[in-house]
Amino acid sequence: MAFTAMVGARIRRREDPRLITGRATYVDDVRQVGTVYAAFVRSPYGHAKITSIDTSAAKGDPHVLAVYTGEDLHHAHNLKASLPVAHKMPDLKTPPHYVLALDEVRVIGEAVAIVVADSPYTARDAAEKVVVEYDELPAVVDTEKAAAGPPYVHESLGTNVAFTMPFSAGDPDKAFAEADVVVKQRIVNQRVAPVPIEPRSMVANYDAGMQQLTLYSATQIPHLLRTQLAIVLGLPENKIRAIAPEVGGGFGAKLNVYAEEVVVSWVAMQLERPVKYIETRSECFQAMIHGRDQIDDLEIAAKNDGTITGLRLKITANMGAYHQLLTPVVPTLTLLMAHGCYKFENIQAEVVGVFTNTMSTDAYRGAGRPEATFFIERAIDMVAQRLKLDPADVRRKNFIANSAFPHTTATGLTYDSGDYETTMDKALALADYTGLRKRQEELRKQGRYLGIGLSTYVEVCGMGPSAAMPAAGWDSATIRIEPTGSITVLTGVSPHGQGQETTFAQIVADELGVPIDQISVIHGDTDKVQYGVGTFGSRGTAVGGAALKLAIDTIQAKAIKIAAHQWEANPDDLEYRDGKIQVKGDPSKTMSTPEAGFLAFMGDNLPPGLEPGLDATRRFEPPNFVFPFGTHICVVEVDAQSGQVEVVKYFAVDDCGRLINPMIAGGQVHGGIAQGLSQALFEEVVYDDRGQLLTGTLMDYAIPHAEQVPHYELDHTVTPTTVNPLGIKGIGEAGTIGSTPAVANAVIDALAPFGVVHIDMPLKPEKLWAAMQAKPTNGSVQ
Amino acid sequence: MIPAAFDYVRATSVEDAIRLLEQHGDDAKLLAGGHSLIPMMKLRLAAPAVLIDIAGIPQLDGIRVSGNRVTIGALTKHAALAASDDLRKNAGALYDAANDLGDPQVRNRGTIGGASAHGDPSADYPAVLQALEATFTLTGKSGRRELRAADFFRGMFDTALDPHEVLTQIAFDAAPNSAYVKFHHPASHYAVVGVAAALTLSGGKIGSARVAITGIGDSAFRASGVEAALQGVTASDEAAVRAACAGAARGVTARSDTFASASYRTAMADVFAARAVTRAASSR
Repeated sequence: MAFTAMVGARIRRREDPRLITGRATYVDDVRQVGTVYAAFVRSPYGHAKITSIDTSAAKGDPHVLAVYTGEDLHHAHNLKASLPVAHKMPDLKTPPHYVLALDEVRVIGEAVAIVVADSPYTARDAAEKVVVEYDELPAVVDTEKAAAGPPYVHESLGTNVAFTMPFSAGDPDKAFAEADVVVKQRIVNQRVAPVPIEPRSMVANYDAGMQQLTLYSATQIPHLLRTQLAIVLGLPENKIRAIAPEVGGGFGAKLNVYAEEVVVSWVAMQLERPVKYIETRSECFQAMIHGRDQIDDLEIAAKNDGTITGLRLKITANMGAYHQLLTPVVPTLTLLMAHGCYKFENIQAEVVGVFTNTMSTDAYRGAGRPEATFFIERAIDMVAQRLKLDPADVRRKNFIANSAFPHTTATGLTYDSGDYETTMDKALALADYTGLRKRQEELRKQGRYLGIGLSTYVEVCGMGPSAAMPAAGWDSATIRIEPTGSITVLTGVSPHGQGQETTFAQIVADELGVPIDQISVIHGDTDKVQYGVGTFGSRGTAVGGAALKLAIDTIQAKAIKIAAHQWEANPDDLEYRDGKIQVKGDPSKTMSTPEAGFLAFMGDNLPPGLEPGLDATRRFEPPNFVFPFGTHICVVEVDAQSGQVEVVKYFAVDDCGRLINPMIAGGQVHGGIAQGLSQALFEEVVYDDRGQLLTGTLMDYAIPHAEQVPHYELDHTVTPTTVNPLGIKGIGEAGTIGSTPAVANAVIDALAPFGVVHIDMPLKPEKLWAAMQAKPTNGSVQ
Repeated sequence: MIPAAFDYVRATSVEDAIRLLEQHGDDAKLLAGGHSLIPMMKLRLAAPAVLIDIAGIPQLDGIRVSGNRVTIGALTKHAALAASDDLRKNAGALYDAANDLGDPQVRNRGTIGGASAHGDPSADYPAVLQALEATFTLTGKSGRRELRAADFFRGMFDTALDPHEVLTQIAFDAAPNSAYVKFHHPASHYAVVGVAAALTLSGGKIGSARVAITGIGDSAFRASGVEAALQGVTASDEAAVRAACAGAARGVTARSDTFASASYRTAMADVFAARAVTRAASSR
């Protein structure tokens, strides 16, 4: 039989038929007898004292089973714990973050009470009967104002600054003193909302007989959620089962432990009934974490030939009102990646985290790295513009050379592998960069403004070595060869759209020589799957897949021993070849993995001392992060009359090492570009000065429709990593990280004739139109 | 998104709908396609006690062209307008608007009457129907009355429709040289600025022009200064058309939101008015 390699093939996603035909089970599809429904009473203020809560009318509603306030939870029922924040920062200020507000609300949408009723409708109606009286307090939403002084989000802290982290490497003062040019720019990386199609959703049930709590939640981290629930609720961890069924988009926003998950679980225990809560889109805008929201003040030193010599940087990060799980970690990742793919050594930096009366910021697709890529890629363009050099040439001059890998950066990361120049050259050729520049010149003479934007990104992912993570960074895999030959894979990562039911099966199919449809990949249930850390930070395959490879190795080694016993051969003389066991170099006699598995199951003819059964559980501890990279090129045309942007073309050449399934990798790039482009052009969460959310619906907050994103032309290069046994790097966030600066650089390049150096995102038509009121230069006509 | 509780009744005829409106009083709202009302109910910005569903009333939909007169039933869906060749030839502005409105779901359920009666200040039809100088037929207990579009649209979410009346029909004279162009809000896809133009042309010159603008103020309005300035302008002379369209929203108090300021909206009125005129002058 000819052996067909699955790895590297464009296999259609095995997940899709059930998702496309509506046969998949999301949290809201979980139907349990006796389910009751929760609604939350939420703060209508950005900052206020709670003076009274009257629940009597709601409690008197015949449809209502229970109403609980923060007071009820904290005093009557002894649930005092604060929500978790995972960090390793010694001086971080960590004010309490109660699951229901106690006597003060600090952000609009903060949960104040929970109402449980017999239907979602009666619950929502009854929530309106809870009368909460507030005294509004002065709010602060502007990060720099908050950093400067009162009003304070947490009065007892006497400051809004949660942490300050200074950093220095090399000799930045010397670099700036000797610079030919210094480019200075304040760059605002605006606040955005993750907007998954499925909002936060949960069903909790408590089996009083078994004393077991089961929580179905739309989460990326069922095991970490279970651990944190055990801590916050004071339950034994082995009495909690967390299940992530289908999850309709995470983007980091479901990499968290939310107050609602704790409260709904606790209420289910009180009522001994299944309690379901599916938040509304409005609640999702208010109370799901937001992303970005950094001010990056930078100065970059360069020589006349475009060589970058130093960076001074202040990162001022808006943390929101409370820490969520990874809130303070995100801006520190920005600092780590401040280099981009460039080799300069001299950096002076400071990261400041600031509380404001807004929703917490936290990990959102890229989590800190998009901010770094954005400012460094903008800075390179500004240097090129100042020195009248081509932006591609400035990049080429500053790239870390291929011979330098592994390369330890001034910020202390060790980039595993890279070939930045080849990838950029491939993208430049794909886009016909030279031709585009000529076309740009011609069109400018006609008063048409084409812009060409490059972004040569590198990002840190495959999170990550446990020593460098706020909590564990390893992951796990179990492989079981079932008696009848099918194979069960249990993965500790929790895919929610990344396609590992397909890609992991591809890996197993090749290595263990079974058809892909005999392999089942199970995930997302803490009662089924051994502990795993979850899916985020583009780690699913880079870490979870590496664990799977280790489990394959263990299975193969044991299967070889079984075959050797059958064949009265020395195990050292046997090998796996094309998924089957054979005598080295002799394919005339083979044993399949299922055959070995059946012998292992029968147990009556095994080598002495070998346990029956053919299964393995392995964990992979990554020795380093991985560093995928690539070049994105965006071409836009900006209409001088209106400032409206048309994205004309988009090219992306990405390198995530070895590709398991190019179609799935391409899908991740597509989605990532859409989200990154959307930040550049459309998205912005806006609060007013009192902390009212002005962009709280999809009528105000723009995410792109199909017609608002271009056709993408993709290609890739392959530079494997040695960090993991598969040679792969993550690709989940690369598109988002690479695209935002490519789009912004394109738009700003289009406006170069008007003397534009920088415009903050979102690059709304009005801003561009205002900038284009200036008289154009460079031979352009208006 | 969960609306407050409401009762639902289905009207079988216009007379039945009027009777139900009188029976349920001010707490009742008519439901046609539901694509304006129901989103507001889901956000609890509207909480009618009773919905009277008129969607099933027969003979209230359809596009009829009789001589120079175009008559459209109030329950005609956007999708039907968007697909109508008669409309493309006889009222390009309405055809453009129907094609550029909402998404397929909205177009397949929403109706011209429902959208008009909603009175949204950023909706497309108020501009189009004013440029077409449409006549609205309102049917009540004491019979029918007819109103000009300019009198029907009164302000933000405010029309001349009495609480016990049903909008049954919209009619206008054919306007083969008409068009609608729109600056979409990137989120809502409502008009930041939408301009409808209906022209008469003679030897390449504009005879009369009717230009109406939505999205700027509390209600769509006719740009009478622009209309006057366009008379006699050569339609293919883009610079002249742009000059005539300057100050299209002069005197109108423009709105601001997180996407576009009042001054930008006002400036865009000029730009999109000129584009609407140019498009209206081109053969369809």
